[in-house]
Amino acid sequence: MTLREVVSNLGLEVLAPGAGLGTEIGGAYCSDLLSDVLAHARPGDLWITLQTHVNVIAVASMKELAAVVLVNGRKPEEDILFKAIEERVAVLLCSLPAFEIAGRLYAMGIRGKV
Amino acid sequence: MLAIYQADLHIHTCLSPCAELEMGPRNIVREARRQGLDVIGICDHNTSENTPAVMHAARGTGVKVLPGMEVTSREEAHVLALFDGLEQAWALQRVVYRHLPARVHAGEDDLQPVVDEQHEVRRFNPHPLGSATDLSVDQVVGWILRFRGLAVASHVDRESFSIIGQLGFVPPELPLDALELSRNTSLDEARKMWVDCTRRPLIRNSDAHRVAEIGAAKTRFLISEPTVAELRAAMRGRRGRRMLEDREPERLERTVPER
Repeated sequence: MTLREVVSNLGLEVLAPGAGLGTEIGGAYCSDLLSDVLAHARPGDLWITLQTHVNVIAVASMKELAAVVLVNGRKPEEDILFKAIEERVAVLLCSLPAFEIAGRLYAMGIRGKV
Repeated sequence: MLAIYQADLHIHTCLSPCAELEMGPRNIVREARRQGLDVIGICDHNTSENTPAVMHAARGTGVKVLPGMEVTSREEAHVLALFDGLEQAWALQRVVYRHLPARVHAGEDDLQPVVDEQHEVRRFNPHPLGSATDLSVDQVVGWILRFRGLAVASHVDRESFSIIGQLGFVPPELPLDALELSRNTSLDEARKMWVDCTRRPLIRNSDAHRVAEIGAAKTRFLISEPTVAELRAAMRGRRGRRMLEDREPERLERTVPER
C-alpha cells in the first residue's frame, strides 16, 4: 500500500511529501517516546505520534520510516516543515486521536510487528 | 581563591506533588549539612514558591541555596532552571504558570503546601504542578537563559520525563548548560551509553523527593563562589574552574590558589 492510498482513504493533510506519495508502506508503529521509536520502529513504517518537536524528523529519517502521522490536530512547530523538506521525510496531519487512526490503518490491512 | 564546593542542585520540597511532606526547609538544610553539601538547588515541579523558606532556613548555616525550578516541557521532558536570585525565579514562574493548564488543582491526594521556614503551611498551591506546560523544550531553555539562569536537562539516563527518553537524543542546537545524571548512573557509564553525554557537560544530582535521598548524588565544583556564573564556568572548564570526576579523591586540598 502506498502513502497516496492512505492519505486519500483517511483524508489526511500532507504537510510534507517526503520522497513522494508513491512510497510503499511496510507497517506501522505508534509511540510518543522517541527513544522507543529509535529502538523498535522498522524501516518503511508509518509512525503515529503526537510529538511535534523537530527531533521527530531526525528520528524518522534515521530509521528510514515511510512517513510520520501527527495526530489530535496538533500543529507542528514551524522548524519541522523545513527540516522535513530538507530530510525528505513525509509528514501527514490528522485531526483524529492516535487510537482511532491506528484502528483505521489496521482496518485497511496495515500491520505492526507482532 | 578556588575551592571545592559539593553541590546537589536538584532537590524537591513538599510542594512537589510526588515528594514527601517531611521535605520542609529545616529538614532539607539539616540533611544537606549532614551530607557535607555546600550548595543546594531547590527545584520543585513548575514552581519556586518554597524556595524563600529554604533560603531563610539556611541562613547562617554555610549552606548556599540556589532558587530553581524543574520545568515540564510540552514534550514531557524535564529541564532544571537554577538562578542566583529570587526575582529571576519569580520571572520564570510567571511564564510557567501562564503555560500550565488552567484547570485548578483539586488537592485531594497531593496538597502542594507552600510553607514558611518553620515548615508551617501558609497556603496550598492551586496550579496543576504535575502537568506539562505547553512550552516546547526549546522555549523552556530560551526563557531560562533570558532570565540569566542555568539550564540543565534533568536525569537524561532515565526513560521517563528525560530529554533523551522523550526526544531520542539531545537536540544539537539546544543551548543547555549541562545534562544531569541520576544517582543510578556514573559519569563514565553515561559516556559509554549515550553519545550526547560525551559532548555535553555532565552533572549528577540526587533529585531527592525524600529527606533520606538528599546528597545521594552530588557534583563537586572547583569554583571561587557558588554563583550561576561560576557554576557555568566550571561546566565549560573555563578560567581554571572545573567539575571533579568521580574517580578524583573525596576531598582534594580544600583550597586551590587561583590561576
